[in-house]
Amino acid sequence: MSAKYETVIGLEVHAELRTKSKLFCSCSTKFGSEPNTQVCPICLGLPGTLPVLNKQAVEYAVEAGLALNCTIQKYSKFDRKNYFYPDLPKAFQNSQFDLPVALAGKVKIHVNGEDKELGITRIHLEEEAGKSVHSGDNILGSDYSSEDYNRGGIPLIEIVSEPDMRSPEEAYAYLVALKSILEYTEVSDCKMEEGSLRCDANVSLRPVGAEKFGTKVELKNLNSFRAVQKALEYEVQRQAQLLDAGETIIQETRHWDENTGKTHSMRSKEEAEDYRYFPEPDLGPLVIEQGWIDQIAARIPELPESKRRRFISEYGLPEYDADLISSSRKMAEFFEATVALFPDAKMVSNWLMGEFSRLLNVSGKELDQAAVTPELLAKLLQMLAKGTISGTVAKSVFEEVFATGKDPEAIVQEKGLAQISDTAELERIVQAIIAANPGSVTDFRNGKDKALGFLVGQVMKETKGRANPQLVNELLRKYLA
Amino acid sequence: MSLYQHTAHQLRDMLRRQETTAVEITESMLERIETIEPEVKAYLTTTPELARSMARVVDQRLKQGEALPDLAGIPMGLKDNMSTKGVRTTCSSKMLENYIPPFDSTVYQRLMQQMSPLLGKLNMDEFAMGTSTENSAFFTTANPRDLQRVPGGSSGGSAAAVAAGTAIFTLGSDTGGSIRQPAAFCGVVGLKPTYGLVSRYGVVAFASSMDQVGPLTKDVTDAALVLNAIAGSDPWDTTTAQRETLDYTAFLKPDVKGMRIGLPKEYFVEGVNPEIKDRINQTVQQLAAAGAEVVEISLPHTEYALAAYYIIAPAECSSNLARFDGVRYGYRSETAPDVVTMYKESRGEGFGAEVKRRILLGTYVLSADAYETYFVQAQKVRTLITTDFQEAFQKCDVIITPTTPTTAFQKGEKVHDPQALYLSDLLTTPANMAGLPAISVPCGFDQAGLPIGLQIMGPAFGEGQILRTAYMVEQLTETGGAAR
Repeated sequence: MSAKYETVIGLEVHAELRTKSKLFCSCSTKFGSEPNTQVCPICLGLPGTLPVLNKQAVEYAVEAGLALNCTIQKYSKFDRKNYFYPDLPKAFQNSQFDLPVALAGKVKIHVNGEDKELGITRIHLEEEAGKSVHSGDNILGSDYSSEDYNRGGIPLIEIVSEPDMRSPEEAYAYLVALKSILEYTEVSDCKMEEGSLRCDANVSLRPVGAEKFGTKVELKNLNSFRAVQKALEYEVQRQAQLLDAGETIIQETRHWDENTGKTHSMRSKEEAEDYRYFPEPDLGPLVIEQGWIDQIAARIPELPESKRRRFISEYGLPEYDADLISSSRKMAEFFEATVALFPDAKMVSNWLMGEFSRLLNVSGKELDQAAVTPELLAKLLQMLAKGTISGTVAKSVFEEVFATGKDPEAIVQEKGLAQISDTAELERIVQAIIAANPGSVTDFRNGKDKALGFLVGQVMKETKGRANPQLVNELLRKYLA
Repeated sequence: MSLYQHTAHQLRDMLRRQETTAVEITESMLERIETIEPEVKAYLTTTPELARSMARVVDQRLKQGEALPDLAGIPMGLKDNMSTKGVRTTCSSKMLENYIPPFDSTVYQRLMQQMSPLLGKLNMDEFAMGTSTENSAFFTTANPRDLQRVPGGSSGGSAAAVAAGTAIFTLGSDTGGSIRQPAAFCGVVGLKPTYGLVSRYGVVAFASSMDQVGPLTKDVTDAALVLNAIAGSDPWDTTTAQRETLDYTAFLKPDVKGMRIGLPKEYFVEGVNPEIKDRINQTVQQLAAAGAEVVEISLPHTEYALAAYYIIAPAECSSNLARFDGVRYGYRSETAPDVVTMYKESRGEGFGAEVKRRILLGTYVLSADAYETYFVQAQKVRTLITTDFQEAFQKCDVIITPTTPTTAFQKGEKVHDPQALYLSDLLTTPANMAGLPAISVPCGFDQAGLPIGLQIMGPAFGEGQILRTAYMVEQLTETGGAAR
């Protein structure tokens, strides 16, 4: 984008809280059940029913607020947001309008080696709506729609950021940091694919150096962090082109289309609904005593930012590694548990970011679903460090440990995978390889160093990767000299 | 005297002395319903089999010598906005004509624990909006005192049934006077408890911040007995107050010596029928003669109460009634081609004129442009009214006023004049705005022989002192046992 404009981005993140029951009734919040099996008169909004506030949901909201450095409001209240939609059984959503549970927080991000602090305006508690299931591909092409109210009434927090982000990349980094904090505190599952984490973005441009914000556009239907970044990148370009052409930006809500990679207008500001907010008469004010806040604060774990700093200072990890390892609480804990048994931190972090992450991706497993433990990884790395096994073997053994949880030492022993460091045996193999590849031998002797690599590879192949590579090198050089 | 003519406490004593059985009482009620209901039309739905089976259980337990609750075997009726599992709950609306709730309201549960047989569900103004029961989508109930007149509303069926002897007691709900006004019109006792004393769970909401359930009974003792049964905090309604349980009958002593009775001049204004004012004043004199001290007080913001009420109540109702959209239950227009038209037609056809009028009013006062000028202003008035009462109760223990500006009016007389109808709430809405307890007790008749109601208001949770005062009024005016 041109250097003429400064990008201004603010994000609204909705995170479903990880409570067992809904915000105002005891129905389960389990994902993926048969439609309308987790409903009751209260979450169906049957006439005469009343809400009873879930204490755990309040605790999670407070915990999120504290973890995001907000000021917890000792007095907040619920309001009704009134609108008609078939997935909203009461025709109003219980939310918090002017007195939310938490205000004025901040989050640190690291983009391109620079640290930046982003402001959080507010966090408020509200309830989920149900889900419309359209008979066709989309609402317009459908003959009818069905409603599933299982999700209706699940508690969520909306985290509204300040317009502090200056690039789509920063927005992406903010989302990663936010998700990481919510996962650390375990207040939300943060599963975008299940809809437990959602994001809307506000974006505007202003001439560089200007103080006044430009006209903002709200982006919806952002189904992944990458989608947020891509939609913002598209929108920044679109707005810049309009401004360059001397046109004005219309304040509106735009829909991101993942397939076309474009945004299109949903509704203008004039068409925006009047939600007729007013205080919820069926719930008293939400009063949170300092003692309760203190109790919640006491159970907040060490957060990613602090872990990140410690990983750099205590274990000497490079920033890149520290960032990546600390962004997931489970990964960070796995890291520290492994390092406690096998102190080469850089080697541990290499394996976690490399093989381990690769296998998690391939298998689609969460870290705690993999059979491997820090003890098993440490044992494997010890064998590797001692030279008992080669790097290649280590990778294949790790695959098995990852899948089965079997002791790597046992695997190595059973399959006879220990490295061959027996000079006599290797000498025999090296001689045989030299005899079988006269071409490469000539090449090497004519100064082509690459040929040596080929011969090493042949030896490794012959030994199924078990040969000690250093020894093979030495022996080859000796016999080729 | 037939069984249906007795009060609840009389029948309780007769059952305990084995002078009658619960089945006999219930049968007497059902017979009475059969005889007089075609003229009075208080019931929307009768549940004779439910009543009979409960009565049989009571008799069985009595035979085994069990000690039973006060209301065991005493048949009652419920206003049709109280959810009853398996029994349709219509709110007198076409919208809910065929709606059968899958759960019970807390008040009904508590009466079932008392083993009180349910005779049926009572007519009302649609969604409790109205003062004559003429806003019922189904039919109008007659005032048993004069069948050409309205029973009042919105709990008109609840008041008429007690006056006609087709229920020993009933429950009504009161958002702006809907228990007290019909009680006054029909010559029975009607108590609106302090906001938060009785659970609202399962009672179809009109204006959530003011709705309160209370008894309509033949005398003050019955009101205390029924209040004993239904009062108390409820985990399903977090607006109920956590307080120690009281036996309200313990307050019923014919003794008002030293009690300070406040007379607010703002309630004895023009527009209130002089006959009613006179009757109230005479009763107050009798109380003074019995040892009460009469204090002139002022509730200066009373004149704004009605206007503020008609902003707050419609605002809340517009939101509470938005759920009736034809999607999940209730009336649905079958011809609509799309969802928005379905909303419009279902609500347009399912709601009556008064309900629509209040939804429109409420939607407007909550809209972004009107919120500050109407809704916020009305909330300020509400605070001022509450403060008025707090100051008044420094000077007196109870406040006595007329319940209504007029006695029961003719059917059809005001049906096309909503403003005139709103005026019948003039004297009753302030207690709802301030959340205070108030009772209407009969204190005599006008020249046409129509009952006059005397309203007694108390400080929050002052049910004991208003019941005692009402009990004394009943003793002095000999109006107890209305259904004769």
